[in-house]
Amino acid sequence: MRINMRDMHDNQAGTVASIKVSGELGRRIRDMGLVPGTEIKIQGRAPLYDPVALRVRGATLTLRNTEADYIEVEVE
Amino acid sequence: MAPTVALAGNPNSGKTTLFNELTGSRQHVGNYPGVTVEKKEGTYVRDGYRLHIVDLPGTYSLTAYSLEEVVARDFLVNQKPEVVINIVDASNLDRNLYLAVQFLEMGIPICIALNMMDVAKKRGISIDAKKLSSLLGVPVIPTVARSGRGKKELMESTVQIIHENHEMAPLKISYGADIDQALSEMENEIAAGNFLTDIYQAHWIALKYMENDEQILTLGKDVNPALAKKLEDAVRKVSHHLQSTLDTYPEAMIADQRYGYIKSILKQGVIHHKYDQNRLYISDRIDKVLTNRFLGPLIMLAVIAGLYHFTFTYSEVPVSWLESFFKWLGSAVSVILPDGLLKSLIISGIINGVGGVLGFVPLIMFMFLGIAILEDSGYLARVAFMLDRVFRMFGLHGSSVMAFIVSGGIAGGCAVPGVMATRTLKSPRERLATLLTLPFMNCGAKLPVFAMLIAAFFSKYEAVIMFMITIGSWAGALLVAKLLRITVIKGAATPFVMELPPYRMPTFKGLAIHAWERTWQYIKKAGTVILGLSIVLWAMMTFPGLPDQKLQEYEKLKQAEMNRVPVAVIQQLEDAGENADLSNEAQSLKGRLQRIDAKAAEAGLRYSIAGRIGTSLEGISRWAGFDWRTNIALIGGIAAKEVVVSTLGTAYSLGKVDLEEIGSLSETLAQDPNWSPLVALGLIIFTMFYSPCFVAVICISRESGSWKWGAFAMAFNTALAFGLAALSFQFGSAFGLLVK
Repeated sequence: MRINMRDMHDNQAGTVASIKVSGELGRRIRDMGLVPGTEIKIQGRAPLYDPVALRVRGATLTLRNTEADYIEVEVE
Repeated sequence: MAPTVALAGNPNSGKTTLFNELTGSRQHVGNYPGVTVEKKEGTYVRDGYRLHIVDLPGTYSLTAYSLEEVVARDFLVNQKPEVVINIVDASNLDRNLYLAVQFLEMGIPICIALNMMDVAKKRGISIDAKKLSSLLGVPVIPTVARSGRGKKELMESTVQIIHENHEMAPLKISYGADIDQALSEMENEIAAGNFLTDIYQAHWIALKYMENDEQILTLGKDVNPALAKKLEDAVRKVSHHLQSTLDTYPEAMIADQRYGYIKSILKQGVIHHKYDQNRLYISDRIDKVLTNRFLGPLIMLAVIAGLYHFTFTYSEVPVSWLESFFKWLGSAVSVILPDGLLKSLIISGIINGVGGVLGFVPLIMFMFLGIAILEDSGYLARVAFMLDRVFRMFGLHGSSVMAFIVSGGIAGGCAVPGVMATRTLKSPRERLATLLTLPFMNCGAKLPVFAMLIAAFFSKYEAVIMFMITIGSWAGALLVAKLLRITVIKGAATPFVMELPPYRMPTFKGLAIHAWERTWQYIKKAGTVILGLSIVLWAMMTFPGLPDQKLQEYEKLKQAEMNRVPVAVIQQLEDAGENADLSNEAQSLKGRLQRIDAKAAEAGLRYSIAGRIGTSLEGISRWAGFDWRTNIALIGGIAAKEVVVSTLGTAYSLGKVDLEEIGSLSETLAQDPNWSPLVALGLIIFTMFYSPCFVAVICISRESGSWKWGAFAMAFNTALAFGLAALSFQFGSAFGLLVK
């Protein structure tokens, strides 16, 4: 099932399916290692539920929800 | 000339630690030409060879989006370092190699430092460095920068590359059939047209066109518009094709293939994971507590309060040493020099002005040390993470918070280290908005003004008023930031995508270098400019002196006082030292004479240029209830906010008012018919928001890269402050609020 990264709950794991943004934001997302096929796991959210923290390639990344909107994740 | 070696790598890969390890104290910090990105250079000496080491800014990639990347790339292209040491975090290998692949694509000779091998080992990651080296075709040396392990081998390998001086062929990986074909056609055109090939390799130029690299695109248009257009058309064609068939962009495709290339290399037995890569480590468990929904914010408040406590408690003693030193220097000079202009210039102009700035040094050093601990340990990134949601509403960034707090977000900071704390902010627009609004915070120098006014008019509500001042300055700063972000600094929010680095114990060496470097920059910036400005300010408040006739009148008054007492009393007063016991008569004569001197000083101040400016501004300042005395004090406050109280003291004929003894000034103002709680409120509001002091203005100008922003901060803040003060005064007067 494909869902938006924003809709993932804490500790949910999945595989990045696509990143629907180009330009600076798209580039930043890719530079941090988020490309299709990458396994990710939601680690948690900030006290105000935004940004979101996730595990990628053994590191922790943070994204705002508005940025996570561009990332589609394949989950079980 | 010693060969140049550049250090490059991702942020948090241990690059700075390695740089400190290699160069020790033989390093200095400057800026890259024209930009505010720090440039650290140093020398590595060993066994008779010297290497010039340059620490490039930490980057994840070599595109041209961020200033750091442009700076790093320009350095590589223009300075052509003999070798680039690429520091790679072994515990996070695949993402770190993304940058290495881009160096290889550029055809730059690199040597990989496989750093943090200890962390990788703890995480159950084993890496075959030899295999990685043979697959990538470059030396790979395992290192632990913190302990210096592998440093020797790394430098031997680096020196060997310099000696061999091989021409590196750029790495060509397959980005998919469509892109590959277009790239090779473009490459031929570029080579045939000698298009920028004197600077870059043809393959790389083609690749950058494919990636829509703004810097190369602009450069291309300047050099050969016709060919540039042809290349752009070719890219557009591929892009269109990719979007319609695969729903992707060439730049995304290229990134995917780079990661694919890295994966294919690592899969050949280079890396072995004992555990699941995304399992949680100690650092993550700490995060479960420190960024917890309820505990996180509480702990953050405690940490920030702790930082303040640490800074102000431990800097108090050295600050008082410096203060007494300058006081001693002042009195020593006053004994040596005869009364007159020179003495006044040296004491009031130079020693007080420079002393005022240097007196802050210990405070600033401790503050930087505290921030360096938070930064190097990784906690600062968590603060940004937790607060981003709030700050984003006002067009700022989670990382803005530290700058605000240091500037006086909890009353008693200083805008100068606050300005420098914005360096941790990587988003240019958010950074500028932060720079321009942080002077609204209540720095330590504004506090005596508030304390004096509160004591005079609001002594019953001290805590409430202080709290309201703090809240008011935050509200003002955030609202103005929002205003700026929808007007002069318009633009979309910079992406927040960032890394939360694992918690690390900061190294003492790293902290010491970090804190000292920033402190030294403060001393240099503040020390030179403030000297000139304090002389100017002194001159404005001294010249023109009172006409002789006036001076003689005061002299006559003093003579008259002296004639009224027996000669013996005068004799006693003249013979007595500073603190000698005096008879009652002599004591009272001394007091009367001092009052006349103070009257003369008041008249002199009013007669000076500053006094005349203050008087001529009365027409406008009356809207906010300020008379000429307040005006002069506020003008002086632009040099340094500490001056406000002491200048008011002179203007009210109190002689010198020390910051510690503001009681007499409070009493005078409370009894003065021109003053009321309403006027005091207006002055509090004005002091909160008006022009930053000179040192802060200079720092803002330097950090924003333009004097325009420094001037903007002075003009805009003063206008805003006056508007608010006038509004409150007019409103209060109309309704008869807060009057006596």
